[in-house]
Amino acid sequence: MNELANELAARYGARDWHEQRKDLASIWVDPIRIHDTLAWLKDQAGYAHLSFLTAVDNIERKAFTMAYTLRNHEKGHSLIVHCDIDRDHPVVDSIHLLWGQAWTYQRELKEWFGIDCPGSPRKDEEFVLEGWDDIPMMRRDFDSLAYSQATYDDRPGRETADPATHMKQKLYPEAPL
Amino acid sequence: MSDKKLKPAPLANEGLPPEERGLFCDAAPREYEAAKGWVEDFLNWARAESLWILGFGTGCGAIELRPLMTSRFDMYRYGIQARPTPRQSSVFVIGGYASVKTLKRIVRSYEQMMGPKFVVALGSCTINGGMYWDSYNTIKRIDQYIPVDVYVTGCMPRPEALLAGFQELKKIIRAGKAEGQNLYARNFEWYKANQKKVIKDWNMPDYNW
Repeated sequence: MNELANELAARYGARDWHEQRKDLASIWVDPIRIHDTLAWLKDQAGYAHLSFLTAVDNIERKAFTMAYTLRNHEKGHSLIVHCDIDRDHPVVDSIHLLWGQAWTYQRELKEWFGIDCPGSPRKDEEFVLEGWDDIPMMRRDFDSLAYSQATYDDRPGRETADPATHMKQKLYPEAPL
Repeated sequence: MSDKKLKPAPLANEGLPPEERGLFCDAAPREYEAAKGWVEDFLNWARAESLWILGFGTGCGAIELRPLMTSRFDMYRYGIQARPTPRQSSVFVIGGYASVKTLKRIVRSYEQMMGPKFVVALGSCTINGGMYWDSYNTIKRIDQYIPVDVYVTGCMPRPEALLAGFQELKKIIRAGKAEGQNLYARNFEWYKANQKKVIKDWNMPDYNW
């Protein structure tokens, strides 16, 4: 597989090849080259199947890390292509012309992270949520608990017990905690 | 003039575009008028013995409804069966957690059901949020939005618990104490305000009848 790593490095400046398993590796490219890299992988290198597309909010370094998971069915090998995009200006090339199903992922990314893929069909339509009026909820600076407390009423009297401590007390009441 | 009831103001249906408002009901729900004496007792007996569930699994707990249909638990022997539309159903089983998106459909389906109608809330999530207590998208108490007659606790409850819940519901109906529909009509504005607080894209009639 290192041939592929070298090829990608030579063509697209790809770096940090990481062999996670025998059949799974990951590599990083610059966001400006993501479309070209994926197109080459699809058309020339046999990674014809886009099996997953998601993002990770790396708020510490102010970036969304994109993760495009491709599969080469002939070799039985999966490759995750990563790129970091600016968290304050989250725009990345759309790949819906490479893989038709990608627009659904990209619509999801728009709603859940606020990542924009210009030109992707129906990207501004609601995907899962209806009438959402806060920041995208998968961003790590979104406080789910605070939102829940402000929006949905609690039933008074709810108690939360740690299962391990609770069962210990129940089964062995004489034992020290 | 004295004994004529004041007609309540028609509902505004502001969520609908103006050209569609005439197509939907603008009257608020009314309380059920009970028949007199033994007739109502007879009707309550009949209602209790033929509980028709709305076949709408609203959350993960709805998986527990399937075994009830099979021979092991066999809900049909209790006069319980599933119906495909709200118009034919008298019991709505809220099957666990309800996201806001589902809540909108729950409200719509509940209002479309013919009265008298009853609600069984299944699982911890419908009672106090359960494991979704900090979720941005899941309501914590279903009884803020529609009235509930019987709660079945557990995460998730076994089919036996659900059957016990139905038996409890039967007792309540037989005793003429299943007041859910009347509660809803009496406190309609309160329920509606709660619903509209969380369903932010309200694009349906105020009362879906």
